[in-house]
Amino acid sequence: MLRKPDPLSDTQMTVSMGPQHPSTHGVLRLELVLDGETVIRAIPDIGYLHTGIEKTMEKEKWQQVVTVTCRMDYLNSSGNDLGYVLAVEKLMGIEVPKRVQDIRVLLTELNRITSHLVWFGTHAMDIGAMTAFFYAFTQREKGLDLFECVSGARLHQSYFVVGGVRWDLPPNFIDLMTDFLDGFPAFLDECKRLVTGNKIFQRRTKGVGVITKEAAIDWALSGPTIRGSGVNWDIRKTEPYSGYDTYDFNVPVYHDGDVWSRYLVRMDEMEESWKICKQAVERLREPGPYMADHPKLKLPERDLMKKHIDVMIHHFLLASEGFTVPVGEVYQSIESARGEIGFYVVSDGGERPYRVRVRAPSYVNLSALPAMVEGSLIADVVAVIGSIDIVLGDVDR
Amino acid sequence: MADETEIKSSTPRYADASLVQARFASAIEEITEALGEVTVIAKREGLVELMTFLRDEPSLRFNYLSDIGGLDLGEFATPRFAVAYQLYSIEHNHRLRVKVFVDEDDAVLPTMWGVWKTSNWLEREIFDMFGVSFDGHPDLRRILMPADYEGHPLRKDFPIKGY
Repeated sequence: MLRKPDPLSDTQMTVSMGPQHPSTHGVLRLELVLDGETVIRAIPDIGYLHTGIEKTMEKEKWQQVVTVTCRMDYLNSSGNDLGYVLAVEKLMGIEVPKRVQDIRVLLTELNRITSHLVWFGTHAMDIGAMTAFFYAFTQREKGLDLFECVSGARLHQSYFVVGGVRWDLPPNFIDLMTDFLDGFPAFLDECKRLVTGNKIFQRRTKGVGVITKEAAIDWALSGPTIRGSGVNWDIRKTEPYSGYDTYDFNVPVYHDGDVWSRYLVRMDEMEESWKICKQAVERLREPGPYMADHPKLKLPERDLMKKHIDVMIHHFLLASEGFTVPVGEVYQSIESARGEIGFYVVSDGGERPYRVRVRAPSYVNLSALPAMVEGSLIADVVAVIGSIDIVLGDVDR
Repeated sequence: MADETEIKSSTPRYADASLVQARFASAIEEITEALGEVTVIAKREGLVELMTFLRDEPSLRFNYLSDIGGLDLGEFATPRFAVAYQLYSIEHNHRLRVKVFVDEDDAVLPTMWGVWKTSNWLEREIFDMFGVSFDGHPDLRRILMPADYEGHPLRKDFPIKGY
């Protein structure tokens, strides 16, 4: 459905940007009505990556859904898994051990760093700073190696499960994590020297794609995108989950509402995530439980299974049928790398979710794109898309 | 420079809805509380007034619409659909859920476009996935499925594979 330009105008034309455009970070298509180089209207066209994940969740068992949640926002899969498992744990009324909370915080923050590194590399590349991309991806690869060490997968970890984590941390993980964290500040400084002080980068981002504080709230932006508009709101602080209130970190906020502010917020956030990771690693040096001791969730001990038939049956039923969740509904939101990811989970008491509604931060942030780019130049559209850091898997689900 | 003022930390909490109950007695069916979450079950008539009040009342100030989620209760249920609005107040740091039920043969709700801008795409998604339409919406088209698609994928009678 290509919109026709104003027929009376001989200067306007409609350009279709994407879905195969390198700066759209996936398969986003934008219909741009242009007057010369000025954008008159921008209409995002999405759905190219729609895979019906919310529908798929209704046919998976409660514990299996984590294999789908991480495939939505594939750059920040730990965050998605965490939101879902917290929602189900709230429905079941389960408290997880302190150590599980720390493992979850550690991996979620590591994932926030790797996700922001992809944003940093691609955002700088969109604007023309090619080199930063290679630095960012080299470092990100080291982070992904850590995920592989923990879960066996680099991107789709599915490591968090309802009631805990899938298995304990590998014995060498803490050392590898410490190595990664020790090298990170020097790397981040290098990135800042490479891009932040760059005059061309500043010219391309300062005052571009401005959205005011009031408009940002009205459009329900979240995450670094709203904190770049001067709204001091981070769910990790305001509605702490998974023990975030026991960690010492700051929430970076900048007030100009432009691409540059959002850039600074994310760069500072990587440093804060690094601080949280440092604290979490120190807490995880001692061994401990990795799963809540709950008969519905924890598989019975191997020794007991061999001796008692009822334990064997319990194991068989748990592994084949799964568990049930009491009737109810909850809305659990957490701060992912992109903003508020919310899970509205409805249970009918069965062994599968009746409905899982996902409030995807990229989807809502992208809906405000026209408000940010209309009236600006076409080259700035690329900068603005980079600055709201969408993941199309999260937009389309 | 970075603003590092400390925010008051608290657990997730839901707003006290008694104020709305007294004021909008005719527009509200009931108020329920479960698992610490408060749900206002509202009627379609007077929904916009209720939402505007929730947004503007100084002690509530729900200026942030987190989400609108659709729910199909099954093809034999009357009313068939529920739409749940998750409200949040950045100022007061509290939440509230407003839920509205609609019948299948009259699946129309008023749009929230005039109250929160973000409802635009969220309502389009529900229109696309459930076939609930929104009266007064500025641009009610399918959003995730192709424009010429038939059927509404998140309805319970829509098969998971082989449609």
